Amino acid sequence: MATFNFELHELPPEAEKLRQEVREFLRTELPKLSAEERPRTWGGHHPEFSKKLAAKGWIGMTWPKKYGGHERSFLERYVVLEETLAAGAPVSAHWVADRQSGPLLLRFGTEEQRQRFLPPITRGELSFAIGMSEPDSGSDLASIRTRAEKVPGGYKVNGTKIWTSNAHLSDFAISLFRTQVVPDKKHEGLSQFLVDLRNTKGISIRPIYDLAGGHHFNEVHYEDAFVPEELRVGKDGDGWKQVTTELGFERSGPERYLSSIKLVLELLNEVGKEPGERAAVLVGRLTAHLNTLRQMSLSVAAMLQAGKSPNLEASVVKDIGTTFEQEIPELVHALIGAEPHLNTGSEFEKTLGYLVQHAPSFSLRGGTREILRGIIARGLGLR
Amino acid sequence: MTDELQTLLADTCTRLFTDRVTPALIESAEKGQWPADLWQAVEEGGLTLPQIPEQHGGAGGTWDHAQVVLSAAGRFALPLPLAETMVGAWLLSSAGLDVPMGPITVAPTQPHDRLSLRREGSAWTLSGTASRVPWGRNAKHVVVLVESGGKPMVARVPGGAAKVEPDTNLAMEPRDTLTWSNAAAAAAGTFDGLQPDSLWLAGAMARSAQMAGGLEFLLSQSVKYVSERKQFGKPLSAFQVIQQNLALLAGHTAAAGMASQAAFHAMEKGDAAFEIACAKVRVGEAAGLGAGIAHQAHGAIGFTYEHTLHFVTRRLWSWRAEFGGEGHWAERLGREVAARGAQALWPMLTAR
Repeated sequence: MATFNFELHELPPEAEKLRQEVREFLRTELPKLSAEERPRTWGGHHPEFSKKLAAKGWIGMTWPKKYGGHERSFLERYVVLEETLAAGAPVSAHWVADRQSGPLLLRFGTEEQRQRFLPPITRGELSFAIGMSEPDSGSDLASIRTRAEKVPGGYKVNGTKIWTSNAHLSDFAISLFRTQVVPDKKHEGLSQFLVDLRNTKGISIRPIYDLAGGHHFNEVHYEDAFVPEELRVGKDGDGWKQVTTELGFERSGPERYLSSIKLVLELLNEVGKEPGERAAVLVGRLTAHLNTLRQMSLSVAAMLQAGKSPNLEASVVKDIGTTFEQEIPELVHALIGAEPHLNTGSEFEKTLGYLVQHAPSFSLRGGTREILRGIIARGLGLR
Repeated sequence: MTDELQTLLADTCTRLFTDRVTPALIESAEKGQWPADLWQAVEEGGLTLPQIPEQHGGAGGTWDHAQVVLSAAGRFALPLPLAETMVGAWLLSSAGLDVPMGPITVAPTQPHDRLSLRREGSAWTLSGTASRVPWGRNAKHVVVLVESGGKPMVARVPGGAAKVEPDTNLAMEPRDTLTWSNAAAAAAGTFDGLQPDSLWLAGAMARSAQMAGGLEFLLSQSVKYVSERKQFGKPLSAFQVIQQNLALLAGHTAAAGMASQAAFHAMEKGDAAFEIACAKVRVGEAAGLGAGIAHQAHGAIGFTYEHTLHFVTRRLWSWRAEFGGEGHWAERLGREVAARGAQALWPMLTAR
């Protein structure tokens, strides 16, 4: 049996120094947000705020300086992420580019692609979406059918991507297409592309509203859309290997257990400084889980810093982290039973209203709970 | 941050315990037989005092090293008062007192038990009753934490100085009631930082490591069992529902290990009350859920005395309650967090 390797890791002094800088910055620069906006954090879109973070050098922090990066450690980046999320900062305008599109280009992109795309990302000027799922391909990602046919100078794309968060607000989407049809080998013949969402003829973007009426999802339809050869990421046919690497970037961060932190803070306000026994027990339990998850997430960041590939550990953190953040609104409801509100009511009631409705997505996005447990089971040698 | 010595200790424990802690030995211990040879082997192997300074007879390591040994002890259901010896020896050496050879236990382990330590000339005598003292009948020394003259004191009395009423926990580990009447203490002292609940905290921390190790056993044992057992023409491991359940067990096991490591590391740095509370809550919860998953995976055979699964699951069910259960520690932690207010939560977590 493979074993997990979660080692305790303390942050170095430079990371703690940075934490104070980030807090100082957030004290003055965090936009005034309403109670419904605050719990969105990495779902909250605020390009001006992203540019301010970029000006501090906090986007593309670990990337080489020659691409606009800052060559800082994964642990320093971790501190910036957890501080911005804990404060409820709206970071979605740069989140995907910083977390996965940039690292993907650093790993698999051409020199021209890196020089063209990475510097504007680090300035907070270029935003990315993720084009993976399709109407008939969710968890079974390798079954995608959107076709990119080779034509002179590039590819002609036909098909539909779905659940593309922020496609309507983003400049590019790194998208997975089928460039070759290999019978009975669905993992082969896939390739990734940088798709210009704003300037490509034949692309139409249609909103899909979530159950709360919010618009972040989209359907992106391609009809004879031309994508130039130089915007293919990696070798033709290497898409599956790359996309699994990219998904690995998605699975270990503090966003996988902090989604409901705002409700924990509101709960503390609600129960006051001398809570009853049931409230104290809940607060204590949530604190114990929060602290343990943070240590686990930090441990994964330290493994990344050490050049390891903690895919199994990252899946474990995402599985138990999303379970935790998902159960918070349920536990708070069981304790207090206040009616969740949409637009009226107290800060607590509105936060509860937002999170009760959005919690189901926590164990769907970035790989469902079932897929993650399948990955963990493979790590245990069960499949 | 794992150092070489931690890896070495883990290997030493695994080798020695694999060799010596057989089902037959655990069974005989459960019937009341003190495994004297095993104690001697563990003591000679230098595993009983990993974090005690060398000048007090220990290995000169850290609490992080103690965590490695105690989690291995939990993994093998080691029927010895290793946790109690480490905690007792820590109290003694911190108070500048000699740490004797042999198994040590600690008392009181129940918040309502009150002992009294009185000074008579240059000597100290102990009176009172302490219930559920681990291995009270076998320990060569009993280390007590008692308030005397308004301040917490540590004292050591010889094993055998008390009247013993034997009892056990669910795993048949001795949990005896000891009564002293003016028993002469072999040594007494105190130290800066000693609190009335220092033993309660250290005991809870020690149990967290033992439970984290026990969960590791449940995970590896369950993986092995479902890979070998066939039903409907294929191994149980081929069923997705089994895979999903064991993945969940893996998550709890990993979280338990992390929470326990964090508590011991904080202890090494000095102020561990927060991390210990977190660990006892998180690991205790994992213990209950993990035992349930492991038993479900094993089916009826795991519910028999013949199978070894229960050596660990019965310990987990006792250990999670000893030195305060999840509810106790969650309430204590929750009161502290609430008293500081919402604005203090995140800065507190990140300052640890």
